[in-house]
Order: sequence, then structure tokens, then C-alpha cells
Amino acid sequence: MKVTIILNGTPYTREVAGDLMLLDFVRSCGCLSVKRGCDTSNCGLCTVWVEGTPVLSCSYPAVRADGKRVTTLEGVQEEAEAFGACMAQQGAEQCGYCSPGFIMTVLAMARELTDPTEEEIAHYLAGNLCRCTGYVSQMRAIQAWLKERRREEQA
Amino acid sequence: MPTSLEEACQLLSSDPRNHVALGGCCWLRLGSRRIRKAVDLSRLGLDYIREEEGWLVLGASVPLRQMEIHPAVTGRFDGLLGRAVSSIVGVQFRNLATVGGSVYARFGFSDVITALLALDARVVFHRAGEMSLEAFLSSDGCPGDVLVEIRIPDDGRRAAYESVRRSSTDFPVLAVAVSRQGDDWRVSVGARPYAAQRSSEAEACLAQRRGAQAAGEAAAAQLRFGSNLRGSEEYRRRMAEVLVRRAAQQLEEEQG
Repeated sequence: MKVTIILNGTPYTREVAGDLMLLDFVRSCGCLSVKRGCDTSNCGLCTVWVEGTPVLSCSYPAVRADGKRVTTLEGVQEEAEAFGACMAQQGAEQCGYCSPGFIMTVLAMARELTDPTEEEIAHYLAGNLCRCTGYVSQMRAIQAWLKERRREEQA
Repeated sequence: MPTSLEEACQLLSSDPRNHVALGGCCWLRLGSRRIRKAVDLSRLGLDYIREEEGWLVLGASVPLRQMEIHPAVTGRFDGLLGRAVSSIVGVQFRNLATVGGSVYARFGFSDVITALLALDARVVFHRAGEMSLEAFLSSDGCPGDVLVEIRIPDDGRRAAYESVRRSSTDFPVLAVAVSRQGDDWRVSVGARPYAAQRSSEAEACLAQRRGAQAAGEAAAAQLRFGSNLRGSEEYRRRMAEVLVRRAAQQLEEEQG
């Protein structure tokens, strides 16, 4: 099947097999931030946005994304940079393998929730597993970044 | 990628053993079955939520996440459906997994079925037509057919949900949904680990105002439980008593 997917603002037209998943499509287009983790819809490493909604690209057939806007970490670098700095300050990047999927979910959460509580943040991020188990430092980084954003918005 | 229900049914019914309908596609890769043909249902326009006269109608392709955030759903039944799905893996997963996929597959661990059963939901298939969810669960299923929508009586019912899990986003070891409209009660127990079932004995206890504890004991005595790696039959039976009691107590306290 021939599909055209708007990946980070750029249309990519490819002939794809019916069982090709979006994860493999975006990686073949050079978006290597998107990582393969469990490959069975459980870990959140492969999180991308389809039309702004966070989904698991390992379980999303590429043909289903035909004509849709897909965003990976490469497409939100400026926004991710500020959050990345908070992660580094709090030691939340750890081994870094889960960071791209984690960042995509955090940025999606910031669009969806206003002033989330710690409980709401933990609930929203429950689908992003970190084998370094550094959830405490990740929580600190998210809260520091949200606080910074609020301060900038008020200024 | 069929664009009509009839086309989808024709594709699926040509060889139901080897063809699979794609809803949210979650967990598809956990299985080892060989899929000769996958029929993607995402272009059938079944992702609607409608408030009809006396009914809340969920298209089969509505993502589970909508149960948590769509005001037509969260504003009914004390947010039962949102609470039932909120522990299922994560937000990204629930943006993909569909209510229809959860119902059609009749998974024993399904939080969705447990909740819908307590609301007397009905299911509508393209070919087999409309039937109660309870009847569908006890049938041989509808191979080669497409689930179109789930219809929930919009009767102002109050509801409570309880589950026990080994970790917060794991499958439930046991799940309980209880609903009430006056003295008309529904008690549904899922993940036993068999598919959810109602307990008529527990419902009778509550209707006769014999109390939440008696209802819990009745559900534990009436229903069949089993063991798997998440919990033993004995543990599930004990938990059924506790969770039914807790859920019923919430509704007793709220309504007096």
C-alpha cells in the first residue's frame, strides 16, 4: 500500500507492507529517537503523537497513519530542550533509553492537563516504564519544568 | 481497510479462523497465532459517543481513554467507566485500545466488561443484531461479524468500582462493579479469572436490604472462581467478598 505520512511537518510517501508498524516507518525515515522496547504495547518507549495524541508506535499500523500528522521527539526539539535541561539537573535522564518516549508523554500531558498534581502526573506517566527505576528524579524534573513554565507564562 | 460494515463482515466471514479484525491493535503482538488476513476496522466511523433518548451509545472504535475524559461518559454512573479503565497500562495504550475490542474479545480480566455488565449494557452486531452483553458473554461469540456499538441504559444509575491488582497497571486479580437505582442493584464480578458475571444472590441481598456484608458473602458463595499466576481461587473468593462489600457500602452510604 502506498501511504503519505506527514512526519514532523514533512510528507513522506512510501510503499509499505500491511503489517509494518509506525515505529519501523518513522525509524526508516531517520527518526531514531523512537526506540523499540517491549514491542508489545506495554512499556511506552515508542511513544509518538498521531494528530497530537500520544500512542504506541509499536502497535500502530503504518497504513493507519496515511494522511495523518505524526510527531516524534525530532519534531519538538525546542520544547523538549527546556524539559531536557530539567531532567539533567535532576539526574532524571539516567541511561537515556526511555527518555524520548518519556519526554513525548510529558509534553503531551502538559498540553492536556492544567497544573497537574503529583498523583495526576504519576497516573499520566504510568505507561512509561524506566528500567533504571528512577521515577523519583523523573517526577522532580517534571515538577521543576512545570513550575518554570508557569513562571514564564506569568512573566 | 474496509469502509463499510458489510464489506468488513464479508472479509472476516470468508475464513473467520485465519482472519482477525483490528481494533486498537494492542497486545496483538503478544499472541503467536498466524494471521493470514487482518481487517482494519478503523475506517468504519465507529468512534462516536452519542447521547440518545434514554441511552448512552458508544461506537465500538471509541478508545478507552475517552471513557476517562469525554464529558458524556464521565458525567454518568459516577464516572464508573472512567474509573474502570484508568488502571489499564497507560494513557498511550488507552488512546489505542477500543471499547469494542475489549468487549468482543471477552477477556476474563476485562475491567471494561465488568463495568458494562453492571450497567446492563447491550451490544449491537452488524449481522447478529442487538443482544444483552450478558447474553453475548454466555454465547459462542459472533465470529465473522462486526461489533458496531454498545448501548447503555441512561437511567441515572449510581455506581462504584473496586479492583485489586498486584501492581497499579497490571491486570486485575479481581474486579467488581456495583450499580444501584433505588432498590434495583447490579453486582458484577470479573477477573475471577473468568469473564465477568453477575451475582443474582448478592443483588437480592441488597434489594432486600440485608446489607453489604451479606451481599459480599453471597457473591463469594455463588460465583465460580479459579487460580492463575495472579491469584488463587481461595484468594479471589475472599477478595470478592471484600470488594463487593466495599462497593455496595459506597452506594448505601451515598443513597441511604
